[in-house]
Amino acid sequence: MSIIIDPSACTGCGLCREVCPGNLLCADENGRAAIRRPADCWNCAACLKACAQTAIALYLPPEIGGNGASLRVSREGDLLHWLFSLPDGRRRVITVDRRNANHY
Amino acid sequence: MRSISLEADILIIGGGAAGCYAALCAARRSGARVLLAEKANIERSGCLAAGVNAVNAYIGQGHTPEDYVEYARRDAEGIVREDLLLTMAERLNGVALALEALGLTILKDEQGRYASRGWRNIKINGENIKPLLAAAVRAEPAVKVVNHVNVVSYLADNGRILGAVGFGADEAAQYVLRAPAVICATGGAAGLYRPNSPGFARQAMWYPPFNTGAGYAMGILAGAEMTALEMRFVALRCKDVIAPTGALAQGAGARQINKLGQVYEKRYGLSTSQRVYGTLRENLEGRGPCRLRAENLGPEQIEDLYRAYLNMAPAQTLKWVEESAGAGAALEAEIEAAGPYIVGGHTASGYWVDTQRRTTLRGLFAAGDVAGGCPQKYVSGAMAEAAIAAEAAWDYARANPPPARAAALDAQAQALHDEAEGYLSRADALIDADQIEAAMQKTMDEYAGGLTARYSYNEAQLDKADGRISELTALSARLGAEDMYGLMKIHELRERLVVCRSLIAHLKARRETRWPGFGVHLDYPEKSENWLRHVNSRLEHGQIRIIFRDLAAKEARYEHHH
Repeated sequence: MSIIIDPSACTGCGLCREVCPGNLLCADENGRAAIRRPADCWNCAACLKACAQTAIALYLPPEIGGNGASLRVSREGDLLHWLFSLPDGRRRVITVDRRNANHY
Repeated sequence: MRSISLEADILIIGGGAAGCYAALCAARRSGARVLLAEKANIERSGCLAAGVNAVNAYIGQGHTPEDYVEYARRDAEGIVREDLLLTMAERLNGVALALEALGLTILKDEQGRYASRGWRNIKINGENIKPLLAAAVRAEPAVKVVNHVNVVSYLADNGRILGAVGFGADEAAQYVLRAPAVICATGGAAGLYRPNSPGFARQAMWYPPFNTGAGYAMGILAGAEMTALEMRFVALRCKDVIAPTGALAQGAGARQINKLGQVYEKRYGLSTSQRVYGTLRENLEGRGPCRLRAENLGPEQIEDLYRAYLNMAPAQTLKWVEESAGAGAALEAEIEAAGPYIVGGHTASGYWVDTQRRTTLRGLFAAGDVAGGCPQKYVSGAMAEAAIAAEAAWDYARANPPPARAAALDAQAQALHDEAEGYLSRADALIDADQIEAAMQKTMDEYAGGLTARYSYNEAQLDKADGRISELTALSARLGAEDMYGLMKIHELRERLVVCRSLIAHLKARRETRWPGFGVHLDYPEKSENWLRHVNSRLEHGQIRIIFRDLAAKEARYEHHH
């Protein structure tokens, strides 16, 4: 499992480096976020949620069924907008409101 | 590297759910100075990084803590400590109230009671459970948090634990942490066995790959008595992504069905271990693939299930969206077994503790997944244990000030420093930690009952595993690290090797098959009443000594006899 970081969107704020539960994110020579070892990512999405620039996307490698889709998240107060990008160009948004409990 | 010394009344190792809650509880004792050491950052570290779907341990309307004890005892086929389960269960509902006070969203019914899923679960929005706990900890002036410090060893003097030593995960620093009472809350161990997808997706696992068994390994090496390591947790999970199944199964009423569309779960029984075993058997007998299938769902219900998974395992929702699953009125996920993991919050593996969560080492307490004897504790139970441990640790710290002399501790810290510098000076070593990790996982997989071996093993295979783990341990002493992150990877590998060795000894010692979904001892494939007892162990002079202990009644308080 892993993430991909868009270097043009990263501002080098360091929040993702701070929250990664595996200490996997570091700064590259330009101070932008980089992942030390992509295969060591647990897909917890902590870095996606920490990134105010929506610069980080999570994806499924083919080994576990991935076909090129990716997932980002943007935060707006208690709302988390999950943005799905599918390989055929389609997009989908699912919004979760933290004030609502799961029904399942 | 520089050396940083910190002191407190209570040192807590690991800032997951148990560690954070222990810090909150300890800080509320007037005058207690608390130090919390965390390998990553308490904001998102531990099992709850992505969130959690429900509070899975709760005493619902019309039920009692004794009912919970009985449920957990049956699920574990009797190998539990009823005193631990009862003292945990008595506090579960208080923990739920505390979580709500911290800001957690909990669903309520018209009467204002928590809405339950069955009698043991309550419905929440658990996506931000960890940030809420972390914010509360940071707001406590009596708690000092040190993030990104990987604790690798206890400091001990004359058999008493008086602190621990860690190294920066990135920062070139050794941390020497001292306290008259120490609570271990490091969590359990993943990554001992070859994962379901050993390639680029190797970290697709249910239990956090960053939980490397540090607390078990430090305890084993310091001579603590450990229990039930052989009661491994093999989890039934959504295939490939290895996401939890509860929201689909208990939440949406999905049934386990085979390729013929038959609901097979009832044929094998519904305990945690039996659900796994049934799925293994169906596949072996040619009736796979097996699926969890929820039917008669509307589009809004399917979207709610997507949301439920986004709140705990977002990769599963991505998989469904990518597959365009849920286009009809059903949602399903193929299921498979994942693990084994060693995790005292689900099964009973961990430190042998007394009723107050004191380990057999003076000054050391344990809570959460690292503490044994008390399965099915989940998040709220881990927090309940943390509260018990924090109270006991504070009483101990007040009654037992640390000895004035510190020469022994200084020498231990220096030895660990020198060992770390040794790793850092050998950056060009021929063999790296990744290679040894792969060898360890392959050994455990093939000879100690991993996935390839369908979780089965015999004594001759366990002996082979033991021999190879010893060789790999020797090899790991000569590893080299380029930087502090590399040093952490070496420490994590060496922890896992220590846990593997004790685990193999436990698997060998229990000469029966009590939890067939979690493991089958091929030399002793039946369950036996003679084995209705605890299998414990302690490292003595480099050898693992097995200790058998009788089961006790829940009314009894358990005390260690040193």
